[in-house]
Amino acid sequence: METFANLADGFAIALTWNNLWLALLGCFLGTIMGALPGLGPSNGVAILIPLAFTMGLGATPSLILLTSVYYGAMYGGRISSILLNIPGDEPAMMTCLDGHPMAKKGLAGEALSLSGIASFVGAFLATWGLILLAPQLVKIALLFGPAEYFALFALAFMTLGGVSSTNQAKSAFAAALGLGLAMIGVDTQTGVPRFTFGEVHLYDGLDFLVAIVGLFALSEVFIFLEERHGSAEADAKKLTIGRLYPPASMIKQTAPTMLRTSVLGFIAGVLPGAGASLGSFISYSFEKRLVDKENTFGTGDPRGVAAPEAGNNAAAGGALVPMLALGVPGSGTTAVLLAVLLSLNITPGPLLFTQNPDVVWGLIAALFIANFMLLALNIPMVGLFTRVLLVPPRILMPIVAMVSFVGIYGISGSTFDLLVMIGFGVMGWVLRKLDVPLVPIILGTLLGNAMENNLRRAITIDNGNWWTLIDSPLTIILWSIAIIGFILPIVVGRRVKAKMRRDEEGAIQD
Amino acid sequence: MSDRIFGVVGLLLAIGFAVAALNIEESFLSDAVGPSGFPLIVAAVLGLSSIVIAIKPDAAPHWPSLGRLAELLAAVVMMVLYAELLPVAGFVIATAVAAAYLSWRLGSGILASVLTGVGSSVGIYVIFHLIFGLSLATGPLGF
Repeated sequence: METFANLADGFAIALTWNNLWLALLGCFLGTIMGALPGLGPSNGVAILIPLAFTMGLGATPSLILLTSVYYGAMYGGRISSILLNIPGDEPAMMTCLDGHPMAKKGLAGEALSLSGIASFVGAFLATWGLILLAPQLVKIALLFGPAEYFALFALAFMTLGGVSSTNQAKSAFAAALGLGLAMIGVDTQTGVPRFTFGEVHLYDGLDFLVAIVGLFALSEVFIFLEERHGSAEADAKKLTIGRLYPPASMIKQTAPTMLRTSVLGFIAGVLPGAGASLGSFISYSFEKRLVDKENTFGTGDPRGVAAPEAGNNAAAGGALVPMLALGVPGSGTTAVLLAVLLSLNITPGPLLFTQNPDVVWGLIAALFIANFMLLALNIPMVGLFTRVLLVPPRILMPIVAMVSFVGIYGISGSTFDLLVMIGFGVMGWVLRKLDVPLVPIILGTLLGNAMENNLRRAITIDNGNWWTLIDSPLTIILWSIAIIGFILPIVVGRRVKAKMRRDEEGAIQD
Repeated sequence: MSDRIFGVVGLLLAIGFAVAALNIEESFLSDAVGPSGFPLIVAAVLGLSSIVIAIKPDAAPHWPSLGRLAELLAAVVMMVLYAELLPVAGFVIATAVAAAYLSWRLGSGILASVLTGVGSSVGIYVIFHLIFGLSLATGPLGF
């Protein structure tokens, strides 16, 4: 009952004209960013963070704007998957498999609207999951001391690589690199400068927003410059959208699929390190095994469109659970959202629910509102977004680059930060080439200081005894999960990831 | 081969990081772990993972040809110039030039890239500065 009272308070916060307008703006921008290949949810949220700050928005309105972008991008990714057979963002990869064949059969409109409904169902159920699960997780997290938190952070890093990379050594490298970057600046506990090389600008530490925008947005510009992508314009024009509402029989046929995959996607989202890409992948393969009796998956089966879309949107909601309740994000975009919270001086984690209930519940209410807005934007108005797809990268990418510069310059007004951002852009490009995942780097820069503080606190409390780190049953459980999570992908993960790759390549070659 | 070089570079980075961590001057305030404890753990993870990467390399990535690399380098130089000249030339002019350059290198014609540059520069100026009130670099001409 308490939950419903909280939720009602949340709606009271979210239902102001200002916040509704921000949610609508976020949904709209998010859908565009999701739809455009090369601008994913993490990029999209990253380049908008500075905007939210400079608009002078408070914590709740900023979060409403940016999580609407996040949900919107998850919706938008499917549009280019279906029409162009190019995933608009990574989680939309699996939607290509059946979405594009459906469009080729002249059912583009049906595929778009059906996937819109599936996205809605997934996101809607996941938001309920968030409401029910997050407070329970908070109760557990309140038992955590510094040693448990240190173990939890380690768990987050060790499990993150499982899905985002085929090579665990590379994800460990990325995490260590991020943690190392976070060490730059004046040590908060003793006041000595570390790794600053006498550069005064570095005494405050690296601004993680600079790192995020550089690594995600600028490296994307470099990738486009390198490959000079052919434009996808020609294809989209050939496909006619057709009717914008799926027949009732199609909805009936896909309803059980949507419900099953929403649950599956949500679970995948909550698990650390998994995120939306895994959610859509698991959903698709599970449904394929379960209902694909006539081998119609991959040839334009509506269920093959509904499954990954419900799955990835449910996972997007699920990924918010650990981010809000524990302060440990499980995916790239939730890491970026964590950056937003940290920049607003809000510490996520169990105390967030007691200290800033207005932020949490306002955000959750906004998610519901955004979800309905997205359904409205994505079904009748999907034609608008398909036109956006016609913007070629040679016009889009300069704008992305310039907005990145503007955003960072707007926060600090310093040329030094811009140069650091360019440095991160180059580094991001090289690391992407080498198949090193970028998300652990971001997570490392975000969580590095908190992780170190917890370590030092735990050991100081126990008078310098390092064994205190594995002294309680909770820490032992967390460390065991962390170690299993790190080793298991070395054994199993390679197969799963290889299969994902194969499916993806198959989809693009078709 | 790429991964072997990468691993060696990573290892050097880890060693450098560890050396820098050991050289952190001690403060009169101190705790049980000290300011260099955690960085040393990080350096160890960095070093170990680099060694594994060097010993068990993945297949080499597809590196761009020299021409494309020069292209990327030119873009980086352009961006650095942009960052340095932004406070001098003012936002609108600097951004128009930079965006036009990028658009041209991504395959637009001369006219189209000039239009893209001017369009995105003025567009960003209007939306971010005039509407949202973001402070942008001001040049000699006042914009």
